[in-house]
Amino acid sequence: MELNQFIALFAEQFEDTDTSVFTKDTLFQEIDEWSSLMALSVIGLADEEFGVRIKGDEISQVKTINGLFELIKSKK
Amino acid sequence: MYNPFSLEGKTILVTGASSGIGRAIAIECSKMGARVILTARNKERLEETLLMLDNEGELYVADLSNLDDRNTLLIHLSHIDGVVHSAGITDPVPFQFITKERLDTIFDINYFSPVFLTKELLKKKILRNNSSIVFVSSIAGLLCSSVGGSAYSATKSAINGMVKGIALDLANKQIRVNTVCPGMIDTGIFDNSGITQEQLVEDSKKYPLKRYGKPEEVAHSVVYLLSEASSWVTGTNLVIDGGYTLL
Ligand SMILES: NC(=O)c1ccc[n+]([C@@H]2O[C@H](COP(=O)([O-])OP(=O)(O)OC[C@H]3O[C@@H](n4cnc5c(N)ncnc54)[C@H](OP(=O)(O)O)[C@@H]3O)[C@@H](O)[C@H]2O)c1
Repeated sequence: MELNQFIALFAEQFEDTDTSVFTKDTLFQEIDEWSSLMALSVIGLADEEFGVRIKGDEISQVKTINGLFELIKSKK
Repeated sequence: MYNPFSLEGKTILVTGASSGIGRAIAIECSKMGARVILTARNKERLEETLLMLDNEGELYVADLSNLDDRNTLLIHLSHIDGVVHSAGITDPVPFQFITKERLDTIFDINYFSPVFLTKELLKKKILRNNSSIVFVSSIAGLLCSSVGGSAYSATKSAINGMVKGIALDLANKQIRVNTVCPGMIDTGIFDNSGITQEQLVEDSKKYPLKRYGKPEEVAHSVVYLLSEASSWVTGTNLVIDGGYTLL
C-alpha cells in the first residue's frame, strides 16, 4: 500500500475532522477527535489491511501519520 | 476460632492461577486453609504461585482452550469442593474490526473453556455435591462495556446468563454457582494490548474510590463464595468495582 492510500484510510476513521487536515506530517495525536477508540481503530486497520499487530504504546510514541505508516511497515 | 469463611478441608481448583486475579485467589484460598490445585499454560509462573501458597498445592500445565489438555488435567483430579474460573483474555478491538477468528479465540478461553470444564468436572463426578463454582466475569457485559470491548463484554455476559441456568440445574446437588464481576483490577491483563498505561492511569480516576482494585480484593469475595458463609447464595453476580457502575 502507498502512503497516500494509508492517509485516506486513516482519515476515514474520523467523523468530524475535515479530510484536508490529513497529510503525511499531520500530528495526529493533537487532532481533537483523536481518542482511545481511534488508536484501537488504527490497530484494527493495521491488522485488517497489513496483517500486522501493533500496540497502543507503540502508537503513542509515534508523532506523524507517516510515522504510523512506517511503524506498520516495520512489522511486515 | 469461629470462622464461617474458612476453607479448611476443602480442595479448590483455580484456573488462570499463573497471574493476576487467579494467582491472588489461589494464595488467599490457601491462607484460608484450602488445598489448592493450580492450572494455566505457563509452568514457571505457576511454580511461582505454588511457592507463595501457605498450604499444600499442586499444579498442572494446560491450555484450557484445548480439549486434549483439559482431558489430561481431568485425569489428575480426584475430588474437589470448588472451582474458580479465572483464566481469561481481553482483546480490545473496535466493533468494525471484529472478525470471526478473533471472536472464536476470545470465546474459546473466556466462555467455552470454563463452561465445558465445569461440565466435564460434573460428568466425571470430580465436583462433590455441596461444592461451589465461581466464574470470574466482569462488570463489562453485566452492567457496562468499554471502547473496543464489545467482544469481551459478549463473552462475559454469556457467562453471567449461563450461570443463572447452571445454578438452577445443579441446585438439587446443593452445588452453588456464582460469578464475581470486578471493575478494573491492577494486573497485567492490558499489557501488550491497544490500551496504553497513560489511558489506564486516566481511567482509574473515574472510580469513586479513586483507584483500581487489587487482585486480593477480588480474591476475598471469591473466598466468601467458596465458603459456608455463602451457603444460601446461588446464581448471583457479585459486583466488586469501587463504585464505578453507580455513576
Ligand atoms: N484485570 C481486570 O481488570 C479484570 C476485570 C474484570 C475481570 N477480569 C477477569 O479476571 C480474569 C483474570 O484476569 P487477570 O486480570 O488476572 O489477567 P492476567 O493477569 O492476564 O491472567 C490471566 C490468566 O489466564 C490464563 N490464561 C489465559 N489464556 C489461557 C489459556 N488458553 N489456557 C489456560 N490459561 C489461560 C493466564 O495464564 P497463562 O498465560 O499462564 O496461560 C493467566 O493466568 C479474566 O477472566 C478477566 O477477564 C479482569
